[in-house]
Amino acid sequence: MSEVIKRRAETRMVPVPSHSIVPERDLGSQPVLETHHLGIEFGGLKAVDDFNLTIGRTEIAGLIGPNGAGKTTVFNLLTKVYQPTTGTVLVNGRDTSGMNIVQASRLGLARTFQNIRLFSNMTVEENVRIGLHNQISYGMFSGILRLPAYWKKEKQQHEQALELLSIFDMQDLADVQASSLPYGAQRRLEIVRALATNPSLLLLDEPAAGMNPHETEELMENIIRIRDRFQIAVLLIEHDMRLVMGICEGICVLNYGKVIAKGTADEIQNNPVVIEAYLGRRKEG
Amino acid sequence: MKTKRSKLIYNCVTFGIIIAAFILMQLMLSAGSLSRTMKGQLIPICCWIVMAVSLNLVIGISGELSLGHAGFMSVGAFTGIVVSGWLLNAFQMENTLLRLVIAMAAGGLMAGLAGVVIGIPVLRLRGDYLAIVTLAFGEIIRNVLNCVYASVEGTSLRLGFLNPNLPGTLLLNGPNGAVKVGKIATFEAGFILILITLVVVLNLVNSRSGRAIMAIRDNRIAAESMGIPITKYKMMAFVTSAVLAGMAGALYGLNFSTLVPGKFKFDQSINVLVFVVLGGIGNILGSIISATVLTILPEVLRTFADYRMLVYAVVLIVVMITTNNPKLQSLLRTPAQRLKQLFRRKQPADGEKGGQAA
Repeated sequence: MSEVIKRRAETRMVPVPSHSIVPERDLGSQPVLETHHLGIEFGGLKAVDDFNLTIGRTEIAGLIGPNGAGKTTVFNLLTKVYQPTTGTVLVNGRDTSGMNIVQASRLGLARTFQNIRLFSNMTVEENVRIGLHNQISYGMFSGILRLPAYWKKEKQQHEQALELLSIFDMQDLADVQASSLPYGAQRRLEIVRALATNPSLLLLDEPAAGMNPHETEELMENIIRIRDRFQIAVLLIEHDMRLVMGICEGICVLNYGKVIAKGTADEIQNNPVVIEAYLGRRKEG
Repeated sequence: MKTKRSKLIYNCVTFGIIIAAFILMQLMLSAGSLSRTMKGQLIPICCWIVMAVSLNLVIGISGELSLGHAGFMSVGAFTGIVVSGWLLNAFQMENTLLRLVIAMAAGGLMAGLAGVVIGIPVLRLRGDYLAIVTLAFGEIIRNVLNCVYASVEGTSLRLGFLNPNLPGTLLLNGPNGAVKVGKIATFEAGFILILITLVVVLNLVNSRSGRAIMAIRDNRIAAESMGIPITKYKMMAFVTSAVLAGMAGALYGLNFSTLVPGKFKFDQSINVLVFVVLGGIGNILGSIISATVLTILPEVLRTFADYRMLVYAVVLIVVMITTNNPKLQSLLRTPAQRLKQLFRRKQPADGEKGGQAA
């Protein structure tokens, strides 16, 4: 395992008031995300119940759990795809209740999707440019009349898009149609597109799904590199335990919509409740 | 339409074809080799091209099926007629070109306003529901226009709803439509309107706003997560399309000596939809070609009298089948590829001086 990844073990996690832990280095700054008693019901079924989590400013956090535990539902609650029935979400200290997806995104949340949602009829570069939509902007009339603002901002967008693509070495694919990319590259493009929105918290929904071990290892290094370079926090859902245990500093385990454990990788690996949730209980006798 | 370069080529080809066709028509007009029916069709063809391209903005680029496009055209047409008549009767404005320009601008503006008013409720819907509601709105516009009366008295414009007893010179007479319209539309104006439409649509598509509109079409949730306000951009496409349709409508209305609201029925909206679908959804050049061919076709087929709509339908079906048939497609593609190869073979000889451009 590479040098970058080994550093994870050096991080010291400290508890914060909301029964959560954050890396010691983030104690001085405001948490990027706080949820208090977050919950949602679908016709009586509590898909997520009493979900409390605090994520430090530069933390790489993991959200794991068996299939159907409600992990993606949590993402949808955080990004306002669903409105929670109970509880609050604070992003950079601001309450997001009553906000829509667009407003939440402008607060600094960016996400990728479990089932890839690229703009498939557009090129790779155009996909990233959509992420830059609110970062480098000009009006409709500048665009139609090709005013100086159009040329200036288009050039900026082009340069920044290529720079972001170069994180994953994808700058040569800029003119390829997004749908014709291989699966792994599509996942990486989603991450680049999310990064383009200049988020303070990056939500990755199964970023390593469908990747081979070599690609996964590269992804792990890249996630750490992205965190270091942009000084952002990352919350990821993943089933690949090598990835989760390798790079996540704080890990939260969800089962049947409830948090069953929180802690560092070592703590989670040895937690009997977690082992039971994943493997079941040995039959007595 | 993949790389920037191929987009540029596509745009240049589109403009080139339009300009070449215009010059050809002008030459044929001056040589007197156009028949009377063809001459009469020139301005309507321009209008239908603009209608098709503007509807393609909603259907192809924004991805919403709108079935009320003729409604916007009729708003533009009757606004244009009223404004033109008002300017002539109240201010004795004899300059037809100026009147035409003002009338078209007014037509576009009113249609744009109608687009905003209709867009607010309609764009909350998706898919089939949106189609049905736009269809209904097209019909509502026609029925409202059936009840509108307008006249000029002195310099003031008087409008009446369900009230035909207006003082002064009557411009709009409810269901009997516009009377004594000055035929002031010109082919040149139509050509310029097409150019404006192409500049607006193609530049919009290749700009930040256009990309946002296409992103919403491709994946609504992802676009929202990237911070793109859905309603704003859907509205932008819808209203831009309505403005262009209104301008086309004004030009269309000022090309006839009389015009009734019944002219813009549901089947006109469907007609424009046929242009768009036949030309290829999202394909601007295709819309232009299919609008031209399908406007001329029924006129050319007039000699077949009773059978002309039958032939028209058969031609439509045959074109749809052939363009979707892989075997026929490859047959059609081969000559095109041969042409391309011809060009490619020539390129290195020319391009060697230019360096590594190719």
